[in-house]
Amino acid sequence: MPSITGGKRAIFVFIGPALLIYALIMLVPVLVSTGYTFFTGSIITGFTFSGFDNYVELFNDSKVGDALLFTLRYAIVLTVGQVLVGYGLALIYVFWLRRASGLIRALVFFPIVLPTVAVSLMFQKLFEVAPQNGPVNELLNFFGAGSVDWFGSSGSAFFVIILMDIWRSMGFYAVLLYAGLLDIPEEVLESARLDGAGGWTLIRRIILPLSLPVLLSTIIFSINGTLKVFDSIVALTNGGPGYSTTPLTLQMFRTAFSYGDYGYGSTIALLLTAICLLVTVFIFRSSRRDLTKG
Amino acid sequence: MTTQTPARPLVAGGTDRTPGGGSRRTARALRRLPGTIVLTLLVAVTVLPLIWLALGSLKTQAEFVGNPTLALPENFLNFDNYARAWNEGQIGSFIANSALATFPSLALIIVLGVAAGFALEVLVWKGRGGVLLLFLAGIMVPGQMILLPLFSAYFTLGLTGTIWPLILTYTATGLPLTVFMMATYFRAIPKEVFEAAAIDGANIYRIFLSIAFPMVRNAVFTVALVQFFFIWNDLLISLTFTSGGQWQTIQVGLLAFTGQYGSVEFGPTFAAICINVVGILVLYIFLNQRVMKGLTAGSVKG
Repeated sequence: MPSITGGKRAIFVFIGPALLIYALIMLVPVLVSTGYTFFTGSIITGFTFSGFDNYVELFNDSKVGDALLFTLRYAIVLTVGQVLVGYGLALIYVFWLRRASGLIRALVFFPIVLPTVAVSLMFQKLFEVAPQNGPVNELLNFFGAGSVDWFGSSGSAFFVIILMDIWRSMGFYAVLLYAGLLDIPEEVLESARLDGAGGWTLIRRIILPLSLPVLLSTIIFSINGTLKVFDSIVALTNGGPGYSTTPLTLQMFRTAFSYGDYGYGSTIALLLTAICLLVTVFIFRSSRRDLTKG
Repeated sequence: MTTQTPARPLVAGGTDRTPGGGSRRTARALRRLPGTIVLTLLVAVTVLPLIWLALGSLKTQAEFVGNPTLALPENFLNFDNYARAWNEGQIGSFIANSALATFPSLALIIVLGVAAGFALEVLVWKGRGGVLLLFLAGIMVPGQMILLPLFSAYFTLGLTGTIWPLILTYTATGLPLTVFMMATYFRAIPKEVFEAAAIDGANIYRIFLSIAFPMVRNAVFTVALVQFFFIWNDLLISLTFTSGGQWQTIQVGLLAFTGQYGSVEFGPTFAAICINVVGILVLYIFLNQRVMKGLTAGSVKG
């Protein structure tokens, strides 16, 4: 069979424009941004060469350290949370609600397509304490507890952020994992049931191992997304109270645009990119190893 | 650990018992109770916050201050807040800005992305694997890594203060996932289809326009839908390139609006958030199966 080559010109016509825009607006800026890390200043003030100063500052900057810790804490807690809740929902869809789950799947999925800004502002109002109690504090009062200033301390603010992101994403992760669970052959489940496996044992011994590949790719996807969190936190807490819920992405944004230091901003961005890359490669490799073993 | 048991109907669960008297019916209802509770809880958790938001958008300032937050609005046809959000809050013009940025970007992403997917998967040439990997790498790069050079470049080119920074940046950031997804869809089409057309004398452009594109039309729509949500809901890029200017998108505008009025004018704030939610809701009601398929397909990579 002949394969279609279309000639050099055709290849150029089809891929050229996409490659050009992608290279100019993504690849070149990544390189330029890396170059910025050796400078200080901005496009408005002009750049001056500063050698490795930015890297030295990066290692001694307690704000970046805090932001890094927050980013990691957020990524780990939220990944565990949304994958766990999503997996639970997926199990409910497949084994409990079965065919009736179509409508509920679509409904619980819905919040993920909502603008993050709108959802964040809604949660701000839900957990509001001043000037007026939101529904959450009203409910607390109803049960005799006092109102909580949710955004007043870092611990409770973190709790609301995680809660909101789980609310937004649980339906999405449920559908993602649901598709994986459907791939488990019915015969396998049936023979396991006939062998007397039921409920918890069935899940732990049969379903969990068989859905491990899809679970791992879901975890990679989740970590990669949560490390880059920006919209929801900017709109919900704007990094506060103080700097206690500021992730690297927001710290970079402030450094660059509030303090006008593109060089140091780029250094923080590079740190973030390196973490994303490392985590993805690490999980990808370890999952591959496990798959070939098991 | 395979069992040799022949297939026989399962007796578990009691689903295939003959329908019986009242006690059986009660037993069945009882068995269904946990399921019903879980269902109700799921629906409540998802829907109640949104309903509370919608109800809030119909309340007057006096109601917000005087009545408890969980009270129903006194007049369900009070749309004053919407009028104020739309006019004074400029929500209308923010939405127009968002549309002006989103749809040209979408068109560019689709045209460029589908052609690139075709070139990478159907055409045979040296280095196409490498180019696909290059596009794939872009999925992982955080937006922060490209913002500053782009800001400098747009500033130098005099594009700051126009809508072009948004369109160009959205197009480029949308391409990696689109190219990857389109390549996957083209891979599923048997090569013989294109080869037959080539033998019949169709040139490569004809094959693309008359055969390849129509065959992936559904996929194109799904991909466009996914990108629509990414672009429409974006905050990072629009905040960087439109902050304070005349091209603020709905997300930037909404954030600024609530920052300004949020703790003073409750009604218009709720209405502004609601407007942002309702548009997406209508779209989702009609296209939810496609949206779910597209968004989950876009995430299973690597």
